[in-house]
Amino acid sequence: MRNVWAVSVRELRSYFLSPLAYVVIALFLALSGYLFALILANGREASLRGLVQNVSVLYLFIVPAISMRLLAEEQRTGTVELLLTNPVQEWEIVTGKFLASVMLVLVMLGLTLLFPLFLFIYGNPDRGPIITGYVGIFLQAAAFLSIGLWASSLTQNQIVAAIVSFALLLILWLSENLGQFLGGTIGSIISYTSVITHFQSFPQGVIQSNDVIYYLSLVLAGIVLSTLSLQSRRYR
Amino acid sequence: MADVTFDVGKGEVLGFLGPNGAGKTTTMRILTGYLPPSGGRAEVAGFDVATQSLQARANIGYLPETVPLYPDMSVRSYLDFMGKIKGARDRRREVDRAMEKARIAHRAGDQIGKLSKGLRQRVGLAQALLGDPPVLILDEPTSGLDPKQIIETRNLIRSLGGEHTLILSTHILPEVAATCSRIVIIANGRVVAEDTPENLDRRLKGAESIAVTVRGPREQVTRTLKSVPRVLSVQAESDGNGKAPAGSLASFTVQSEVGADIREALASAVVQGGFGLMELRPAHLSLEEIFLQLTTTETPETEVAA
Repeated sequence: MRNVWAVSVRELRSYFLSPLAYVVIALFLALSGYLFALILANGREASLRGLVQNVSVLYLFIVPAISMRLLAEEQRTGTVELLLTNPVQEWEIVTGKFLASVMLVLVMLGLTLLFPLFLFIYGNPDRGPIITGYVGIFLQAAAFLSIGLWASSLTQNQIVAAIVSFALLLILWLSENLGQFLGGTIGSIISYTSVITHFQSFPQGVIQSNDVIYYLSLVLAGIVLSTLSLQSRRYR
Repeated sequence: MADVTFDVGKGEVLGFLGPNGAGKTTTMRILTGYLPPSGGRAEVAGFDVATQSLQARANIGYLPETVPLYPDMSVRSYLDFMGKIKGARDRRREVDRAMEKARIAHRAGDQIGKLSKGLRQRVGLAQALLGDPPVLILDEPTSGLDPKQIIETRNLIRSLGGEHTLILSTHILPEVAATCSRIVIIANGRVVAEDTPENLDRRLKGAESIAVTVRGPREQVTRTLKSVPRVLSVQAESDGNGKAPAGSLASFTVQSEVGADIREALASAVVQGGFGLMELRPAHLSLEEIFLQLTTTETPETEVAA
């Protein structure tokens, strides 16, 4: 656990030493602020539902930018060899990296708390859906980051990592439409794999255990696959 | 790699010498637990690198060939991070000690990305020294340095021997002669020689070498030359194009016991064998030549797989 934390802190510092973190956070705040203002002006409703439902679109672009360097860069510069020739295990590196990216997203989401603050100052919003909405977008971010982490473990090239994770996220995104188009049992199974299907109840103020389990299993899958991918150097 | 067997005693400085692509880095990666051996065993400080990898790694300070650094960190924060990973006790003092030893302390606050190649090498070395590991493995520690830095690094390496067991790989011959107490020469994934630099040297200079060029079939001439008393070895030189038509010239290097002048005996053996003696002269091999000879001789094609 000590190693996980060390990797994580180093990675987080590295995010803020490069312009990447600032650019990503600024972009996210600008876009989500724009959406928030637009939805509020149109709907005149003191709720975050509209924004929360649209945050996942932003994630499609933001998350690959955050996750692309995590393992790709270490593999390119050879620092992964440095870590793995010390008493550190693959899963510790992977988990540390994942936690660092999650912490970055927490900072990013923390700054958006300004939006509900406005609602509370100028209106009387329903507290429940706001809280569950945040739980939802946080879980979704964690799941996306984990997938992005796996994409990053597959290559030494950050751009390739970003494109692969974008594609993977898009597939998880579009599988809902595909499922609806196909219909029947197969269709509903495909729809069930979609991040959209599992997101719908969070902005309504409902946290369903199967949705939480869905996102957590994506997180776990990403971490396990990344670990295996790092270990695969042994068999190449 | 095939049949690379060697052992290093405590406090010894072992030079791992071989041309590029001989399997040096692969050997080091196996020792440091980065790659698993596909066969055979390796132990570091009594721990098997495959089954007790973490314990083995905890006893090794490793400097890979391309020094792996985080360019956006400062020297101190990088070493602090590595100290955490290595679980060094009293980390601040340990980082100071390692920086002092690798002579990088005066740049502790600088960003690694802005340091010169030589200074980065020192940071890498400081990293390997963290936690005072009993075994140090340095992969080409002087590659890409300027002559002054090379001398400094060699002095440093020499000063580390004794307290640490040191394995050092290089393809530069004078380097091992200057720093190592024992040399393993590796080529095509095989150990071709293992000895102290002095012995390797003596083996070359001590033995009298004679270059012989003969007109005649190579195998028969080799047999004839070997039958001469006091001859230690006969080495046929490859003739470049590989084809050897009957009646062509063949060159040999004959090594004899020290102090024996066998030139006359060789000449008469060749003539009595019915071959044409074209040239016969004393030859001296430098360490460099022996290295080339050892590492360029053909090895069986089989089981040479890295």
